Amino acid sequence: MFSLLVLITIVLGVVAAVQLSKVYQLAAKLRNHREEDISLADNKMNAWLMLIWMFVFFAGVIYFYIAYGDYLPVSASAHGNDIDMLFTVNVVIITIVFFLVHLFLFYFSWKYYYREDRKAFFFAHSTKLELIWTIIPSIVLAFMIIFGLRIWNDITDVVASENPVRLEVYAKQFDWTIRYPGADSELGFSNYNLISGTNPLGIASDELIIEKIAELDEEILSIEKKLKEEGDFLPPSQVDALEDKIYRLQRHKLRINDVSTSREASSGEFKAGKDDKLVKGELHLPLGREVEFIFNSRDVIHSAFMPHFRAQMNAVPGIPTRFKMTPTITTDSMRVMEDNPNFDYILLCNKVCGASHNNMAVKVIIESEEEYQAWLEEQKTFSESLGGEAEETDEAEESKLEPVAEK
Amino acid sequence: MAGHAQHKESFISKYVFSQDHKMISRQFLITAVFMGIIAVLLSVLFRIQLGWPGESFEILNALLGDRWAPGGVMNQNAYLALVTIHGTIMVFFVLTGGLSGTFSNLLIPLQIGARDMASGFLNMLSYWFFFVSSVIMISSLFIETGAASGGWTVYPPLSALPQAMPGSGLGMTMWLLSMVLFVVSSLLGGLNYIVTIVNLRTKGLKMTRLPLTIWAFLVTAILGVLSFPVLVSAVVLLLMDRGMGTAFYLSNIFIDGEALDVTGGSPILYQHLFWFLGHPEVYIVLLPALGISSEVIATNARKPIFGYKAMVGSILAIGFLSFIVWGHHMFLTGMSPWLGGLFVITTLLIAIPSAVKAFNYITTLWRGNIRYTPAMLFSIGLVSTFVSGGLTGIILADSALDINVHDTYFVVAHFHIVMGMSAIFGMMAGVYHWFPKMFGKMMNTKLGYVHFWLTFVCGYGVFFPMHFVGLAGAPRRYYDYSNFEFLQVALDLNPLISVFAIVGAIAQILFLYNFFYSIFRGQAAVQNPWKSNTLEWTTPVEHIHGNWEGDLPVVHRWPYDYSNPQHENDFVPQTVPLGPDEKDH
Repeated sequence: MFSLLVLITIVLGVVAAVQLSKVYQLAAKLRNHREEDISLADNKMNAWLMLIWMFVFFAGVIYFYIAYGDYLPVSASAHGNDIDMLFTVNVVIITIVFFLVHLFLFYFSWKYYYREDRKAFFFAHSTKLELIWTIIPSIVLAFMIIFGLRIWNDITDVVASENPVRLEVYAKQFDWTIRYPGADSELGFSNYNLISGTNPLGIASDELIIEKIAELDEEILSIEKKLKEEGDFLPPSQVDALEDKIYRLQRHKLRINDVSTSREASSGEFKAGKDDKLVKGELHLPLGREVEFIFNSRDVIHSAFMPHFRAQMNAVPGIPTRFKMTPTITTDSMRVMEDNPNFDYILLCNKVCGASHNNMAVKVIIESEEEYQAWLEEQKTFSESLGGEAEETDEAEESKLEPVAEK
Repeated sequence: MAGHAQHKESFISKYVFSQDHKMISRQFLITAVFMGIIAVLLSVLFRIQLGWPGESFEILNALLGDRWAPGGVMNQNAYLALVTIHGTIMVFFVLTGGLSGTFSNLLIPLQIGARDMASGFLNMLSYWFFFVSSVIMISSLFIETGAASGGWTVYPPLSALPQAMPGSGLGMTMWLLSMVLFVVSSLLGGLNYIVTIVNLRTKGLKMTRLPLTIWAFLVTAILGVLSFPVLVSAVVLLLMDRGMGTAFYLSNIFIDGEALDVTGGSPILYQHLFWFLGHPEVYIVLLPALGISSEVIATNARKPIFGYKAMVGSILAIGFLSFIVWGHHMFLTGMSPWLGGLFVITTLLIAIPSAVKAFNYITTLWRGNIRYTPAMLFSIGLVSTFVSGGLTGIILADSALDINVHDTYFVVAHFHIVMGMSAIFGMMAGVYHWFPKMFGKMMNTKLGYVHFWLTFVCGYGVFFPMHFVGLAGAPRRYYDYSNFEFLQVALDLNPLISVFAIVGAIAQILFLYNFFYSIFRGQAAVQNPWKSNTLEWTTPVEHIHGNWEGDLPVVHRWPYDYSNPQHENDFVPQTVPLGPDEKDH
């Protein structure tokens, strides 16, 4: 009903405009008016509209600066304060330029509207003026570049602090898994070929490699069995699809062999992953310690965006990326500061990644070192979780043989 | 070469497969107008979802059907598809094909005093590739799995893997095919523009006497010819990754329960290739608009454009710099921070020629005698939006600041103010200004006024508040913000933005009516309605093959002798010889 009303209004509006313009055109014909002759009244009206618009526009801009200018709370990370300061300086500069330039633009537009009795000032160039507005912006920009790059270099500095928290943020459609190193402070080797229902990050260990190969063998066998039993009755396209699947599974096995070979060539054994801790739904970080994030993705590009910390980095499949920051305000203090008992920091996906892109977020909790250690203590290690039930039942089912019903 | 004799032409060769640049320019314009209508309509649909998330609207169900808007609520896949196709159509079909195709075609031969383009046949092919490419893009909206949905930049692996989202199925293939044809069209057009400008200028038309429109079209065409081939390779490699099992952009992927047999590629490679076109593309969109407004502002301020040489220099500088800034789209991809720093410097350098242009426009208005045609209003609107949008670019170019505004609504606000407003305003200014030349009729001025003021106010009403939505941390391409308490600002402002968007869209009906009505029933145009200096106004109102009856005009002076104190009239056409005591500018 509402949309019908809207539709009728639009149609009537258009009809009205059409009729008005017809009346206008008839009148113009009678007055012998030509479209290209802009009357003094029209010039004056538009000139005044320019001036009025300038005031409305400036008022609107100022209103938005005041009402919405600092919507995001104060930065909760050390480098974020530098970014905020840089931002403020930049905004002050561009705001001054914005108002000055618009003031001239709309003032001239208002002042110099067309009058028969005057002629424009023939003023084709002035080297002095042009030099002024080449050199002044160059100086201001040079300052902005230097200031900006100094902060950028600090943020991306490769030198790590003494005792950082190192962790992996692992993305997939549509959730985040956080991996903390165990007692050995080392994140274990992982590889996407080893991903299974119980091993969402593909962490490597001798048993898991054997298990994964066995899983693939089983899948191959069951497809072969299916082909043998039903092959004659299946449509050729399905037979092709199944044979293709076997080929892909065998290639997968070969790639896993490469993984094991790389182990033998290097450290000798995959140990470090066993005590890693995998957490979903919450990202806990201690206050005041530098955090080194390593971002990974298993499917498409995601981006880990933590607006309250002025932190963001893409998670790219196949290419680990890094970002480091030091949280400076705990969740509890921020709740007090914001006067909002429900406030939570958040990490959300900021690179379109599929249908549920806008639901891919995880809560970030900043707490004291003791609280953090106590919380971490409670989390199950990876090998403990393997002993228990499968973590992700939906994926466990996925990886079993599915009917290859290609459309 | 004397004037061509008018020979009888069939309907097909005159209106369909025409090789006449004036007809081809009209074909480009009308196609672009239709593409624009569709793109605006798509934006209204997704603005309804953003403004009133989850509420049921019959109109959504009526237009999108049960599959995409069950119960009158658009679903997530439909939302992403609409956003993607809206962006693609606007950037490529309206602002690249539509803007350059229309005005380069119309104005290059007319303003340089040529009978036609260097190759009429290639020019015709350029339009028909554009047409077929448009048809494919629009048809992709109607297929079962939906149109491409990964955003207009279609980053792999999302766009490479049909398993990743429905929109990465057939819709994506059609998007890529359409884009290949589009690039072919753009290259054929661009080569033609360059060759024509370099070779076919009439006697006396030195490069230093070219109107700024032609300078802008020339640099635009050069940018297109150098950068579009890179896009086409990016797109073809992506097609191969999708259909032939190559791994240019793919590596280490586990999706849909299977570890894919692709290793060694890099998703970041696609971004490098895409943005190597993508950033020059921004100027491919903007430079013609700036060229048009230079012409319109000088003509209607009755004053020479201020700093002609600086304007040409700025166009060249912007063109050159636009090739070495693409990395500023990729600060957060894990690219070396040192390289990121270099891109910060090159990007901020572009602000200098841009600032020079803006100041020169404003100085042109100073002590002018401003005649408010609708084209002039849109050109002043362009200067305003070019400044507003350019200034926020300074924030985005700064890698340290980009961390927190990257891919948020701040970016959406920035590029819509420069592309969605500035470039579109340039296009509108061009249509109002050269309509008498294109169709031999005048558009209604009063409707033009209403159209401008509604569009200007609504445009700022839509895009200015978006900065603050972005600064609060709201990511772009989100279907719904109500899950996030900290994004309350998005929920507060989105209904307001959507209302402005809908009113602004309705205002375009005034333009459409004015445009189509005037083509058939508008007041007949006179030869030089705006009292302009350039050569196109020396041709007869009726289009003739070869543009000028008899000999080609000879040029004696630059195009900006407005209100020259040595002459009584406030304009001196380029064909008027220099007086004895007159110097070349």
